[in-house]
Amino acid sequence: MHLAPRVLRRAVAGATVALLATAVGCAPQPEDKAASTPSGSSANTCAKGKLATEASGKLTIATDEPAYEPWFKDDKPANGEGFESAVAYAVAEQLGYDKSAVVWQSVPFNKAFAPGEKTFDFDINQVSISDERKKAVDFSSGYYDVRQAVIALKGTKAAKATSIADLKGLKLGAQVGTTSLDYIDDVVKPTAAAAVYAKNDQAKSALKNGQVDAIVTDLPTAFYITAAEVTDAEIVGQFENRGGAPEQFGLVLDKGSALTSCVTGAVDALRENGTLAKIEQQWLSDAVDAPVLK
Amino acid sequence: MTVTKDESGREGADDEDNVDNADGEDDMSGGDKGAPDDGYVPSQRRLERERYKRTRARRATAIAALSTLVTGAVLYLVVVGAPGWPRTKETFFDGQYAREAFPKVLEGLWLNVRLLLICGVAVLVLGMLIAVARTLRGPVFFPLRVLAAAYTDFFRGLPLIINLMIVVLGVPALRLQGVTVDPVLLGGTALTLTYSAYVAEVFRAGIESVHPSQRAAARSLGLNNRQALRFVVLPQAVRRQVPPLLNDLVSLQKDTGLVSIGGAIDAVRAADIIVGRSLNYTPYIVAGLVFVALTIPMTRFTDWVTARMDRQRAQGGTT
Repeated sequence: MHLAPRVLRRAVAGATVALLATAVGCAPQPEDKAASTPSGSSANTCAKGKLATEASGKLTIATDEPAYEPWFKDDKPANGEGFESAVAYAVAEQLGYDKSAVVWQSVPFNKAFAPGEKTFDFDINQVSISDERKKAVDFSSGYYDVRQAVIALKGTKAAKATSIADLKGLKLGAQVGTTSLDYIDDVVKPTAAAAVYAKNDQAKSALKNGQVDAIVTDLPTAFYITAAEVTDAEIVGQFENRGGAPEQFGLVLDKGSALTSCVTGAVDALRENGTLAKIEQQWLSDAVDAPVLK
Repeated sequence: MTVTKDESGREGADDEDNVDNADGEDDMSGGDKGAPDDGYVPSQRRLERERYKRTRARRATAIAALSTLVTGAVLYLVVVGAPGWPRTKETFFDGQYAREAFPKVLEGLWLNVRLLLICGVAVLVLGMLIAVARTLRGPVFFPLRVLAAAYTDFFRGLPLIINLMIVVLGVPALRLQGVTVDPVLLGGTALTLTYSAYVAEVFRAGIESVHPSQRAAARSLGLNNRQALRFVVLPQAVRRQVPPLLNDLVSLQKDTGLVSIGGAIDAVRAADIIVGRSLNYTPYIVAGLVFVALTIPMTRFTDWVTARMDRQRAQGGTT
């Protein structure tokens, strides 16, 4: 019995040494990605199909799962259907990667922004561009000007609202991490704290159940929800942009990614030659317009 | 050297203890410190042995201190020297976001604390009822026993998150008259359902661990079954169950955050909101530390209760 502690001690000491050795061994590794090149001035000349991507010769694009309509169709980002899927393939083509060279990856919203090695080249997931977020990731230029809209069940008090003041006394809900929530907190400033949901699905359930009077989502999502998912709900109206500049969705890249300038260039080119407008017309034409709440 | 089991079991951790009462050998009556009036003179060999043990103890302490220092230094260097450390630091340890998050997290924490207090009481009461129902004797109570067993089996097995989803989002969909749709009340109900199943099992184990002779003795004194349970069995059972109960309470405290599924803003969701807006993870760290700070006093309290009860039992309490 008196051997046990000695053996144990040796084992612990051995383990410690091994741990330290591993620690030292896996300490600073040089970063092989050119993370030091400041975005926008990369030496890369955006050679078609020859970018410094995660997997050479392939373009790895990430989005969350499930992928919602009208941005994606049938939860299959790779089918090229739905607004964002179409935009992703258009950007890929602009960069010189055809459909077969595009690899899709499922990455949860939160994980896409965690520091550390990214496993994708860019993420397309209805992420709004903001200066605050630019401190954590790189954005391409905006590929869609988005507006926020309010949805309520038909015939309720909330559905009759015509101004922001009418919304103040209501219980509003939105998904966490969205600008929809910021609009509730900063623009409406309701008397009751907003209900915050992990997913829009739960916000929809809460609306159906009468746990909230109205929910806020972006306009295309709002049109899809009222047309297909919660058919006894209607769009009450949309908000004006905060601070004048339109809110835009951008592609998310790793902070300091060598691809940022190329991807931005591709998005700009697609905007100029009318491709973005065409894709928008094809997939988001239902999202026409809604009365503006002032 | 010949070492008794008594000594070899002591390394490092309680060295001081070892030095204090260095009469490790079982040759003496316990606790004997060589009082002057019993004419005991420690032998040369014994003094030698004590000296040796003292040097060993000192050496062990020195080695422990050194290895702790080295480990700490290496960990520090590995973390701070990592290529991604500057980014990690600004993403997870940003003072500005910590300051912004702290008041909001505390505001959310108030919801956690209220839920903990109310659900905690409800769980104890319901858990006790179920445990008693499961331990009732007599064929007439068979359906009650079966129901209680089915309840514990089902709710212990059902993942809490699914339970919450069904109760918080499903119950309001029934549109029952007079049933609340408040997500916090519903979430609290779901928590109570799951945790009372856990706690019922803790109580039942406690009740069944009381020796049958206790019940027999109580009955022989003229107490009926109910009285025997109430005055003899349960007091012993509950006292024995305090540590695992407090364990469940600490666990409940952390799980209260899950009611945020229904849209209520607890401490973690408050952090979530800021993280989603800024993509900076510092608020999570703040929320985590706040929870730990809340749990530590509870854990200490648990340890204290356990130690106190052990002492009582050592003094010939009921075992």
